[in-house]
Amino acid sequence: MTDRIRLRIRFSKLGKIRWTSHRDVARMWERAFRRVDLPLAYSEGFSPRPKVSFGLALSTGHESVAEFLDVELSGWDGVEWDGLADRLSAALPVGIDVTAVAVLEPGTPSLQEAVTSCSWRFTVASAEGYPPVEEAEVRRRVAALMSASRFEVTRSRKGTEVTEDIRPGICSLEVQGCEPAGTVLTAELVAAPRAVRPAEVVTALGPGLEERDVRRTHQWIQCQDAPREPLHATPEDAPVAPHALERAS
Amino acid sequence: MTSLWPRIEPMLAHVAKPARYIGCEDGMVADGPLEGRLSWLLIYPDAYEVGLPNQGLQILYEILNERPHTRAERTYAPWTDMEAQMRRRSVPLFSLDSHRAACDFDVLAFNLSAELVYTNLLNCVDLAGVAVRSDQRRPDDPLVVAGGHCTFNPEPLADFVDAFVIGDGEEVVEELSSAIEVWKAGGRTEGSRQRLLRDLSTIPGVYVPSCYEVAYDGPSLVSVTPRYPETPARVEKRTIADLAAWPYPRHQLVPMTEVVHDRLNVEIFRGCTRGCRFCQAGMITRPVRERPAEQVLQMVSDGLARTGYDEVSLTSLSSADFSGIDSTVRSIIDDPACRGQVSVSLPSLRVDAFTVGVASQIQKVRRTGLTFAPEAGTWRMRQVINKLVREEDLYGAVESAFSQGWRRVKLYFLTGLPTETDEDTLGIAELARNCVAVGRHHQKSVSVTASVGGFVPKPQTPFQWFGQATIPDLQHRINLLRDATRRDRGVQLRWHDPKASLAEGIASRGDRRVGAVIEEVWRRGGVFQEWSEHFSLDLWTEAMAHHGLSAEWYVHRDRSRDEILPWSHISAGLHDDFLWQEWEDALVAAGTPDCRWTPCYDCGACTGYGIEHVVASNVAPAGGSQGTGQDLRSGGEVPVFLRSKAVTGVQA
Repeated sequence: MTDRIRLRIRFSKLGKIRWTSHRDVARMWERAFRRVDLPLAYSEGFSPRPKVSFGLALSTGHESVAEFLDVELSGWDGVEWDGLADRLSAALPVGIDVTAVAVLEPGTPSLQEAVTSCSWRFTVASAEGYPPVEEAEVRRRVAALMSASRFEVTRSRKGTEVTEDIRPGICSLEVQGCEPAGTVLTAELVAAPRAVRPAEVVTALGPGLEERDVRRTHQWIQCQDAPREPLHATPEDAPVAPHALERAS
Repeated sequence: MTSLWPRIEPMLAHVAKPARYIGCEDGMVADGPLEGRLSWLLIYPDAYEVGLPNQGLQILYEILNERPHTRAERTYAPWTDMEAQMRRRSVPLFSLDSHRAACDFDVLAFNLSAELVYTNLLNCVDLAGVAVRSDQRRPDDPLVVAGGHCTFNPEPLADFVDAFVIGDGEEVVEELSSAIEVWKAGGRTEGSRQRLLRDLSTIPGVYVPSCYEVAYDGPSLVSVTPRYPETPARVEKRTIADLAAWPYPRHQLVPMTEVVHDRLNVEIFRGCTRGCRFCQAGMITRPVRERPAEQVLQMVSDGLARTGYDEVSLTSLSSADFSGIDSTVRSIIDDPACRGQVSVSLPSLRVDAFTVGVASQIQKVRRTGLTFAPEAGTWRMRQVINKLVREEDLYGAVESAFSQGWRRVKLYFLTGLPTETDEDTLGIAELARNCVAVGRHHQKSVSVTASVGGFVPKPQTPFQWFGQATIPDLQHRINLLRDATRRDRGVQLRWHDPKASLAEGIASRGDRRVGAVIEEVWRRGGVFQEWSEHFSLDLWTEAMAHHGLSAEWYVHRDRSRDEILPWSHISAGLHDDFLWQEWEDALVAAGTPDCRWTPCYDCGACTGYGIEHVVASNVAPAGGSQGTGQDLRSGGEVPVFLRSKAVTGVQA
């Protein structure tokens, strides 16, 4: 019986900090964990690293209110649970905030295995050098894409060109309205085995468009009845102590 | 005066490493307006990942932000892709802290740590929307100032920089700030800029090029004379007497993206009196001023707790020489707050087994590679350059490293040194080969990398009179070594581009006339010249030819004692006699001991400024020759722990 425990943490990445990379964010977390003095479990071997696993990578430049990570602690001793989320937020850069912390049941599948799709909100704007594309036109293109059965994209993978049909990976795509920057869309896109990216959806909507202000709003785990999130954001001021922690599985 | 962020952000999707431009570092000071304050923009004219860790810039950033009614922000040279975006969209150079236009600041202050960044300085000034030449600036343009090691020969940049700071910057920024505040309050009227510069020229350690008249006779420099009675004929460097009074940076900036030296850095002493004759840093930063060990430990524990780093580097020009380095290191490792997870690194390891003993204490886990700098291949050559490392010291160090689990050893060498023969050059291959043989006693697969750089004789050193080796000569030496190591499995040879050494020689050894060359290289697109993908020697040689200047004259010829050097009116405190004596001693391969532990030979750095070494122990630590060439303690045993010698206390 090990007394090691795994925590699942939900956090957001908003504002200027969105221009940092996934690897950058991993380093920010390592420093934050040390600053709040959590007893991290380290990997064995030549170069021990803290056992932190992130789910899906978030592209540089994208915002998110639904990022998750799992971290393994070496034990419970000395962990100050009250206000842990706030202390982590304070130790993280402006723009990265912890919205929930929970202890994982032993045997909970990793984020990588569990998450099946993500919800996105993004703006499509006219690309530089192209005439403006009005909301009505975007609506027509969205309808056409969603009524199509296939949409093939070609990308280079390890030197070879691979053609893939991304249409099945677009679970939903809706126009939400118009903002000064362009037309706002929401989409649910499959995350595994082959993730569809918002940029590919914009490409599928035809020429003259580019993505702006991309934000991940949810990650989903498919269950028998309904999809659910790896961890809900807890309301502010909710107590975070072991007995009060939400079960994540 | 508003944030340019809404105009900056749309560019970020189109550039590499956008995190270079967002600021957001932990430790950043970004509150409150610029308006109504004296504002400094501190600029490191190289890429963000190189510039951010610079300690000098971070020290001044904190000191200035602690000053009442003063605001300091930072920026770095935008990479070429970002510059293209900025120029296309007419976005000026901006600060990273509050993303304000550079021209909104009162002072643009550059850190100059390497000569090949000079064209980037011009580019940054131009991107700020300010005329690159000082004499074309308008009354309300920001003042352009520069500091850092390169300013010990400021002349190549004399046409572009309004005022230089020579030496330590901690104290003089206050005097500069006061004077600039008065100028700003006076409304920056026509002529007031010249008046200010004249006033600045009277501040000790400040050099204002426009206050000096330069005369030439053909290619020769004849004189550099002050235009005004109150301007000093020779500018003496500034030196802080006591490092303990300046425990900065207190809040080291923690970047959000990967940078070089991405760890906590604590400066444990400034200055070095080893006396290596090629080393400009060791000559211009004398005397040695140690930080008290207790303060070092306090800065380490505060810094680790605040930043969350798991690595601390104890920085200096030769960290193993710090009095009681072993107990200081042990105190850090044993600090329960570190949970055994903190690693300590000592840059610039001394070449001996003692040093490896200390290193083995502190790198318990990640033993990948150790780096030593014997600098030259033969004992004769090392006596010439006064790097008195014996072969036994090196083999002891290497033996110690390979026997204790390190798998790679890297050796730094210079080539193109004064009096260097082919035999001296080939000694580099010999040393590397012998190190592999020593290592094979302990491990099957042994890797020794010999990294060879072309020597650039720097101003204010005993080698300032020496004519730099030509490209064909350096290439000849590299070829010798390539042939000599070709069949040696285990020895990897790396070398620096000899062409870059020539450009560095032009920029570091030039006089005021070289400014036109720097400007032309910049105008023809030559930025980021220290990056091999952007470096172009043709730009430099064509610009030299265009302005009728000769690399032979500026770089390759030996200079004579009576010659007025371009930097003769700048003083690092070293007596001319001392430098010349060292040059003559070098030519007969005679060494000079370290004056920390042996009697003073009066180089001038202490006596001239009424200061002295600040060291906790005036006895040399034992173990090997300690780079003195003497057998202080040798033998097979690695002295991991040293008994502390009589401590005389801190001489403040």
